[in-house]
Amino acid sequence: MKNKISVNVNGKQYEGEVEGRELLVNFLREHLSLTGTHIGCDTSSCGACTIHLNGHAVKSCTVLAVQADGAEVTTVEGLATNGELHPIQEGFKEEHGLQCGFCTPGMMMTAVDLLKSNANPTEHEIRDALEGNFCRCTGYHNIVKSIQYAAKKMNGATA
Amino acid sequence: MTNYIGKSVKRVEDKRFITGQGNYTDDIKIPNMVHAYIVRSPYAHAHVKNIDTAEALKVPGVVSILTGADIPEAIAGVPCGWQVDFKNGDTMKEPPHPLLVRGTVRHVGDGVAVVMAETKAIAKDAADLIDVDYDVLDAVADPKKAAEPGAPQVHPDCPGNLCFDWELGNPKEEVAAALASAHHVTELDFVNQRVVPNAMETRGVVAQYDTAYDKYTIWTSTQNPHLIRLLMCAFVLGIPEHKVRVVGPDVGGGFGSKIFHYAEEALLVWASKHIGRPIKWTCDRSEAFMTDAHGRDHNSNAKMGFDKDGKIVALQATTFANLGAYLSTFAPAVPTYLHGTLMQGLYTTPKVNVDVKAMFTHTNAVDAYRGAGRPEATYLLERLLDLAALEMDMDPAELRLKNFIPAFDGVEQPGYQTQVALQYDSGNYEPVLKRALEMVGYENFRKDQAAALSTNKILGIGFSTYIEACGIAPSAVVGALGARAGLFESAQVRVQPTGKVSVYTGSHSHGQGHETTFAQIVADKMGIALEDVEIIHGDSDSVAFGMGTYGSRSLAVGGSAIVKSIEKVLDKGAKVAAHLLEASVDDLDYAEGKWTVKGTDKSVSFGDVSLTAYVPHNYPEGLEPGLDFSSFYDPANFTYPFGAHIAIVEIDKETGATKLLRFIAVDDVGNVINPMIVDGQIHGGLAQGIGQAMHEGALYDDTGQLINGSYMDYCMPRADDFPSFEIDRTVTPCPHNPLGVKGAGEAGCIGSTPAVVNAVVDALWKAGYKVKDIPMPMTPERVWTAMQG
Ligand code: FES
Ligand code: FES
Repeated sequence: MKNKISVNVNGKQYEGEVEGRELLVNFLREHLSLTGTHIGCDTSSCGACTIHLNGHAVKSCTVLAVQADGAEVTTVEGLATNGELHPIQEGFKEEHGLQCGFCTPGMMMTAVDLLKSNANPTEHEIRDALEGNFCRCTGYHNIVKSIQYAAKKMNGATA
Repeated sequence: MTNYIGKSVKRVEDKRFITGQGNYTDDIKIPNMVHAYIVRSPYAHAHVKNIDTAEALKVPGVVSILTGADIPEAIAGVPCGWQVDFKNGDTMKEPPHPLLVRGTVRHVGDGVAVVMAETKAIAKDAADLIDVDYDVLDAVADPKKAAEPGAPQVHPDCPGNLCFDWELGNPKEEVAAALASAHHVTELDFVNQRVVPNAMETRGVVAQYDTAYDKYTIWTSTQNPHLIRLLMCAFVLGIPEHKVRVVGPDVGGGFGSKIFHYAEEALLVWASKHIGRPIKWTCDRSEAFMTDAHGRDHNSNAKMGFDKDGKIVALQATTFANLGAYLSTFAPAVPTYLHGTLMQGLYTTPKVNVDVKAMFTHTNAVDAYRGAGRPEATYLLERLLDLAALEMDMDPAELRLKNFIPAFDGVEQPGYQTQVALQYDSGNYEPVLKRALEMVGYENFRKDQAAALSTNKILGIGFSTYIEACGIAPSAVVGALGARAGLFESAQVRVQPTGKVSVYTGSHSHGQGHETTFAQIVADKMGIALEDVEIIHGDSDSVAFGMGTYGSRSLAVGGSAIVKSIEKVLDKGAKVAAHLLEASVDDLDYAEGKWTVKGTDKSVSFGDVSLTAYVPHNYPEGLEPGLDFSSFYDPANFTYPFGAHIAIVEIDKETGATKLLRFIAVDDVGNVINPMIVDGQIHGGLAQGIGQAMHEGALYDDTGQLINGSYMDYCMPRADDFPSFEIDRTVTPCPHNPLGVKGAGEAGCIGSTPAVVNAVVDALWKAGYKVKDIPMPMTPERVWTAMQG
C-alpha cells in the first residue's frame, strides 16, 4: 500500500507516494534524487545518512519516510545558501576534513547540530559527538579540526 | 604564481563532496535499470542440492533470477593475478572461482543466485522466497588447522588445503646455526588477526549493454578500472576489450579491497546483455563483511637471536597465511613478495629466513589491505624487538639504534642489499627515531611511568621502526616474482589550443586527492596556474591505460609518468617557441610559463606556443602540429619509505581498559608535494593500524560462520578512540624517480599496530606482569586476563 506524504526538503515542498516500510533515506535518494545523503550500513551505526529532521540531526536510515510527512528536512544539498558555503563546509575544505568524501555529508550534518547546542565544543566534546559517525579515511584528526574551524568562524560571525 | 610543489594547496575535488554532488556508483541511475540482489550462502561449506526459484519468480516486479547453472560454460571464473609456485617448482594450486556457485559453496557469503527486479526491495522480497536445499559439510576456518591431517578439504584437488609453500632468504640451516649460538633468542607465536577493510562506501556495480554499438559500460567502485577490464574481458567473459568501457567514478575509499576483480562485476556485465536491461547492484554492509576481500590473517612463529651486545644475529619466521576459499587477484603476493621480502626491516641482520604456507580455508578471500604483507612483517619484527629489549633488560630505542643499517642515499652510497631479495633505494633511519624520542619526551615519560606504578592506572610505551616497499613497481621484477601484469603507469598530457592542460592518468583516486597533487606537479613544471590544469582518471575510454592505485604507487609511478609527458610537451613547445622567436632551441630558457631568449627580454608564452601548435600557419618545417603526449613510466625499483612510531597507553588495572594517550609518528616518505594531503594519509593509516591493535578483528567460528559481520558486532574505530596524532617528517628523497617521492598511503597503517601492542606489553611488564603477548584486538577483557597471570 502506498502512502501520500508531503515533506519540505531544503526549503522546497515535495509530494510523494511511498511504501509504509520505505526509509527516509530511500525517499531522498531514489524519489528526490538527492544523492548527497549516503548509505554506509544496514544497522544504523555509521552516520553516513545523517540529515536534519525539524532542525535536529537524525540518521535517515532509521526514520520511515512516512514519519517525515509534514516535516522539514535539511540535507547536505541544503547547507550552502545562495552558493555560499556553510562554515562547516568551509571548515572541511580548509582543514582537509575529507578524503573520499563518503562520510562527509553525514559528518557535517552531525557537526552542525553539535554546534547549535554547543557553540564552543572542546576536542573531547567533538569526538564524543561523532560517536555515531564512522570515517575510515581521515582517522578523525582533521574532522575535529574542521569542526573547530567552523565553531570559530560561526562565533566570529555572530559576535 | 607557479610555486605549488611542497605547498598545502587546498583540494580541488572537495567542492563536489562537501556540497553533496559526489557521484558514487550507487548515485548512478539509468532509465529502465533493474536492481540486483544476490542470494548468498549462510553456510561455510555445503553441497547445493537444489535451488527452487518458482515462488520468487511469481513476485510482481521480478525480472529475472539466475543461478550458476544459467551461466554458460564458456564463461570462466574469476582469475588470480599472481602465480607463486611451490618450493619444488610445482605450479600454484588455482581452483576455479565461478561467478555463482556450481554445486558447492565454500564460504559464508558465496553467491548462489542473483535476483533482478524493478526495485531493490522487490529483489530482496523475492530472494527470501528462493528455497535453496543445502547439504551442510564440515568446514575449517583457521589456516593452521587447515594444514592438519584430516582437516575438511576446501577444494578436491588441493591436498592438505595447501595453495603453495614458499621460502626466501638464507638457508634455514644457517639461520638455525646462528640462532643456536646466539646469546639470547626471543621467540613468539603471533596471530595477526583478520580484519575487514570497511571502506565507507560499499562496493557497487552498474552495468549496461548498448545494442546499437554492441558495447558494454560498467561503473564499478574500484581502485583499478583498466585491470578490471583486462581481467574481465580476457579471462572471464571473452569479450574484446574495446567493447567494454569501465568507469571508476567517485569511489568512497578502498584500502586495497577495491583493487581486485570481483565476481559481481563480470556477472552484471554478462547479465545486462542476457536480460537486455541495465542493472545496478549495491552491496549491503553485512554483505560487504562477507565478500569484500579481507586483510591479514597470518599465524606465525618467529625467533630473533642477539649477541651479547644486542646486535641481531638471525631471524627465522614461519607463517601460515590464510587465503580464504578462493584466490583473490593479488592474494598469493601478499604473504610472500610483500611480506617475506620485508623481513630485513631497518636492521643489519646477517641471516634471515622466511617460510610461508599459503592455505585455503572455508572463509572469505584474504588479499591486500592497506599495507598488505608489510604490516604483518613489521608486526613480527617490531614485536620481537620490544620484547627482546624487555627480556634482555635493554632500552628498546637503544636496541634499535644499535641495529640500524647506516645511512645511504642511493646516489653516492649504493642501495642496501637485503638478505631477502630487495635492494633498498635510500635510507637514513636514526633521525626518525631520534626525532620521535624528542617529541615524546622520552626521559620524562619513563619518570611518569615509574610514578604511575603506585596507582591504578599504569603507563606503557611502545616503539616501532618500520620500512615498507612502495611504488609497486618495476614490471620486470614483479613479473619474475609471479605477477601476471605489468606495474607501470601511463599519463597523457594534452595541451588545449588555449594553453589549458588536460591530464589523463591511469592512476585512480578514491580519496587520495590526485586532482590536486597531480595538478600541483603539472602547474609547477609547466609554469601555469593550477586552475588551468584538469586531472582526468578512472575511465577506460578516455585514459589510455592504467594500473590503478594501491601500494602507495600513485605519485611515485603515476606522478613520474606525468613528468615524462610534461618533458615531451616542453621539448616540442621549445621547437615552436624557437621558431617564433627566430632563435635556436639551445638559446631558450623556460620559466614562469614562457620561453625567453637567454640574455634578452624576447619571449613567447606557453599559451601562444600552444595556439601556434594547433594553428600552425607560421610553424617549424617538418614538425607535426598539436601538443599532446603520452608516456608510460616503469620505475627502476620499489621505493622504501620508513619511519618511527611511538605509542603511549594507560591501562586501568581493575578493568583492563586501555586508553591510547598519545601517538607520535615520524615518517620519511621522500619528497612531499602536498604536506596537508600527506599528513591526512598518515592520520588515516594510523587509525586503521591502531584499530587493528585495539578494536578490530573478523571472527570465524569452527563451523566457518562469520560471527561479527555487521557494525553491531565488528568494532569500528570511532573518533573518541583516538587522541590527536603528533606527526612529523624527515625527507630522504627517492634516488630513482624524477620527483624523489616514495609514497605515503600505507605508512601509518604499517608502523602503528606493533607500537600499540608493544606499549601495552611494556606497561604490564613494568608493573610486574611478565606477559609476552596480548592477542589483538587488545580488548579490556584480554588485557585484564593477562594481568591475572
Ligand atoms: S546508513 Fe544510516 S547509519 Fe549507516
Ligand atoms: S572521508 Fe572517506 S570515509 Fe570519511
